[in-house]
Amino acid sequence: MTGAALPRDLRYADADSDQNRGLLNRTWREPPGFWGWLTSVSHASIGKRYIVTAFVFLLLGGLEAGMMRLQLGRPENSILGPDRYNQIFTMHGTTMMFLFAVPVMLGMGLYFVPLMLGTRNVAFPRLNALGYYTYLIGGCLLYAGFLVNSGPDAGWFNYVPLAGPEFSPGKRVDIWAQTITFTEISGLIAAAQIIVTTFKQRAPGMSLNRIPLFVWSMLVMAMMVIFALPAVAVDSGFLAMDRLIDTHFFNPAEGGDALLWQHIFWFFGHPEVYIIFVPALGMVSSLVETFTRRPVFGYPVMVLSLIATGFISFGLWVHHMFATPIPQLGQSFFTAASTLIAIPSGVQIFCWIATIWSGKPRFATPFLFVLGFIFLFMIGGLTGVMVASVPFDLQVHDTYFVVAHLHYVLIGGGVFPLFGAFYYWFPKVTGRMLSERLGKLHFWLMFVGVNLTFFPMHQLGLEGMPRRVYTYLADMGWGPLNLVATLGAVVTVLGIIALLVNVVTSIRKVPDAGDDPWAGSTLEWATSSPPPAFVFENIPIADSRTPLWTSMQELQVVSGLRYDIREVLITSTLDAIPDSRHSEPLPSIWPFLTALAIGVLFIVSIFNPLGTLIGTALAAVGFLGWGLPTQQDLDEEPPVPETR
Amino acid sequence: MKSSGKRWQGDLVAAIQVLMLLATACSRYQSVQNPAGPQAQRLYSLWIFLLIVATLVFVAVISAAFLAVRRASRRPQPLRQDEATHRGLTRIVAAATGMTVVILFSFFIYSLTTGRALASLPAKSALTIHVTGVQWWWDVEYVDTVPSRRVVTANEIHVPVGVPVQIIATAHDVIHSFWVPNLHGKKDLIPGHTTATWFQADTAGLYRGQCAEFCGHQHANMALWVVAEPREAYEKWYAGQLQTPPPPSDSLARAGQDVFLSKSCVMCHNIGGTLAGSHVGPDLTHLASRRSIAAGTLANTRENLQAWIQDPQSIKPGSRMPATSLRPADLKALVAYLERLK
Repeated sequence: MTGAALPRDLRYADADSDQNRGLLNRTWREPPGFWGWLTSVSHASIGKRYIVTAFVFLLLGGLEAGMMRLQLGRPENSILGPDRYNQIFTMHGTTMMFLFAVPVMLGMGLYFVPLMLGTRNVAFPRLNALGYYTYLIGGCLLYAGFLVNSGPDAGWFNYVPLAGPEFSPGKRVDIWAQTITFTEISGLIAAAQIIVTTFKQRAPGMSLNRIPLFVWSMLVMAMMVIFALPAVAVDSGFLAMDRLIDTHFFNPAEGGDALLWQHIFWFFGHPEVYIIFVPALGMVSSLVETFTRRPVFGYPVMVLSLIATGFISFGLWVHHMFATPIPQLGQSFFTAASTLIAIPSGVQIFCWIATIWSGKPRFATPFLFVLGFIFLFMIGGLTGVMVASVPFDLQVHDTYFVVAHLHYVLIGGGVFPLFGAFYYWFPKVTGRMLSERLGKLHFWLMFVGVNLTFFPMHQLGLEGMPRRVYTYLADMGWGPLNLVATLGAVVTVLGIIALLVNVVTSIRKVPDAGDDPWAGSTLEWATSSPPPAFVFENIPIADSRTPLWTSMQELQVVSGLRYDIREVLITSTLDAIPDSRHSEPLPSIWPFLTALAIGVLFIVSIFNPLGTLIGTALAAVGFLGWGLPTQQDLDEEPPVPETR
Repeated sequence: MKSSGKRWQGDLVAAIQVLMLLATACSRYQSVQNPAGPQAQRLYSLWIFLLIVATLVFVAVISAAFLAVRRASRRPQPLRQDEATHRGLTRIVAAATGMTVVILFSFFIYSLTTGRALASLPAKSALTIHVTGVQWWWDVEYVDTVPSRRVVTANEIHVPVGVPVQIIATAHDVIHSFWVPNLHGKKDLIPGHTTATWFQADTAGLYRGQCAEFCGHQHANMALWVVAEPREAYEKWYAGQLQTPPPPSDSLARAGQDVFLSKSCVMCHNIGGTLAGSHVGPDLTHLASRRSIAAGTLANTRENLQAWIQDPQSIKPGSRMPATSLRPADLKALVAYLERLK
């Protein structure tokens, strides 16, 4: 047995390695079969499920976008009528924001944060399973509604009174409101996992100033989720109550206020954009570091920029409401804040360029996506500063100019880093490399397609084309540019097909990646690809920000965790000094059953308020079953804190 | 080599021609880029400023990234991580950040001053118009202290050139947004709130506005026309609007009026001087004087009127106007009557 053939964390492990691995495997492996699938509490399985499910929703949301582009490809087109079009654009927005972008980022966090921190699982594994199932049920509810022609049709922002009981009768908006509630639950759960895992389960030695930037970005994003999602929970709750039990929160005729909805919605809705963008920044930092073979320049500034972005993003929401009767002086504060947030973004871009400048770039597919990100995000960011100006926004607000801006930000600033990260970490998750040729084809098709689709939309907005229109008159002269945009969408679709072909062919080949195909710097590359159920046989020690680069030959490890029960190492929050051992729960069916009970609660309550009672009772049963002691709990000795 | 260069030049010229064609094919009467009043002019100048600054910043950053990539990839090894390199990079990043702050600050000041200027149009001798957004049309009322000098119309606003116009706006049902890009930015019309905005047309002409806040099925077809005309033409128009249309003189139009008053039309529409007095739908007293019907969707022609009355749902699906089945003779009479409502 040679050291080179083994995962790096094993090279200096003790002689009983095989035996230990066998024990660990028995302790940590998931039960086999479909039952095992339902009961799994592994961060890797759940993270992967989040990512795969979110990609399915990306494809669905993309199909919806394609339908819209077909309809708008020429004036007075009749492929879609207004009823169908309004459902589709609402589904597109809701899918992309709630079912794709946020869950995929959370899924990446759930999968990679424990790996990068050098721990075996997230802090609350069963809760993690519950989070995934509520997300899945919520997504299925939305699409079930759409399939029976009850897709929501009042926009992903659901402004009242249009979304209220009087102007949106039927169940469409109720389905939207409850889908949102499901995704809020899963988002909050995943955020809690990421925060607690990052604070308490870091590898010994990984003090706050050695946490990888990717993990920092996930931590900031999780904090934002904790503060932003309750707002939309309140908002969609009020809306559901207005619609289902005749409250009048938003009804001006009864002392309610239509603007209240907008304030609460955007108090969530603007941080939401940064919830998608901040983890992408972390991904870019990881990619830049690996592909320039250089630690990212200005680590403290990068971390502070991420945190500043998180804070400032809560002070921007009124820039979605510049056309409402909010006094000018008040609006100016939001112009100032919206301008301010460009500074941390700018600083990070400068630091990446500095890193590239001092490094030695490798033009692998992930790095191309980073360069594409810089190009697209600069455009989106600059138009973002433009729309921060109250007067200018009055002209372009709710026009195609904003459609162009937001897609440059979200595709350029979110999806491109995500695709780069996908190519980068795919070998770690599957043990197989993706094809570089198809990857580059994917990149160039996407890059050309996205620019072709969205760049002309700036001009369309200036020529007066409003958003969310299902058609336009030929006299308006918007036809040619819309046709260009539609052709761009076709090119983008070809890019996505290249990605799918790439994934399918890679999955079928024999594993060829090895543990560390890119010579990465962070701990996830220290274990095998894919990682075993127990992730690390011995918990690694982080002696720098880039532990795999600074200790090329000897990654030090700590031992002392039990092999026969699921234990993780708890370390102190600031300096990651080992603190205690913590036993983790075994696989369980109860999270799945509890998720079903919560599903009953929210879905039945759309049709009958009694659903709230029935669902609460069922969920209570679920949580009781969840709390039943297991054999492991009975066997386990009380943990003995280490003395130090 | 040379010939391929020529071909390349030819392609470039062709591309520029296509672009110019695209630009000129676009509407000029609903465009931010064709300002017709002081506010739209200021907003257009702000846009040009933003465009220039953003282009410069974009070119600077992308060139820096390009140079960094090119330089670094020519190097055999990454730079050594020594003090001097670090200090150099820190200086450059700090300088770039400082530039960013300066640019953003100047942008902020320019934005503020523009906002201030927009809000301070002289209020003296202003014309006040109430606009109410309704799914999916615009109710327009000219305010006057003398009740008999009030004018109610729909989907078409006439204003005299060079006179500040105050729009007092609200919405009847859901949120709409009033936006005539050649004249000013948009203002949301929110049920339960009254908002105000100003504009002034300095150039006579026709400007189109369109609802800019998603308001349901026919959001796409909720447009209006602003007709900016010299004072005399405006006064003439206003005097015309104050007149009650005379009772129809010929038998066809009289038959048409009977159709109007005996069919469902009368349930929703108002025609001055008749028993039709409902205000659910647009006021039709001077329908024939307007350029368009169905809120800027169709030109006001005989054929379009007929088609609209018979089957509005195929033209604006989801519209609040129901189809009215009429015998051909009745339809002809009705349209003849409507065409006389000058």
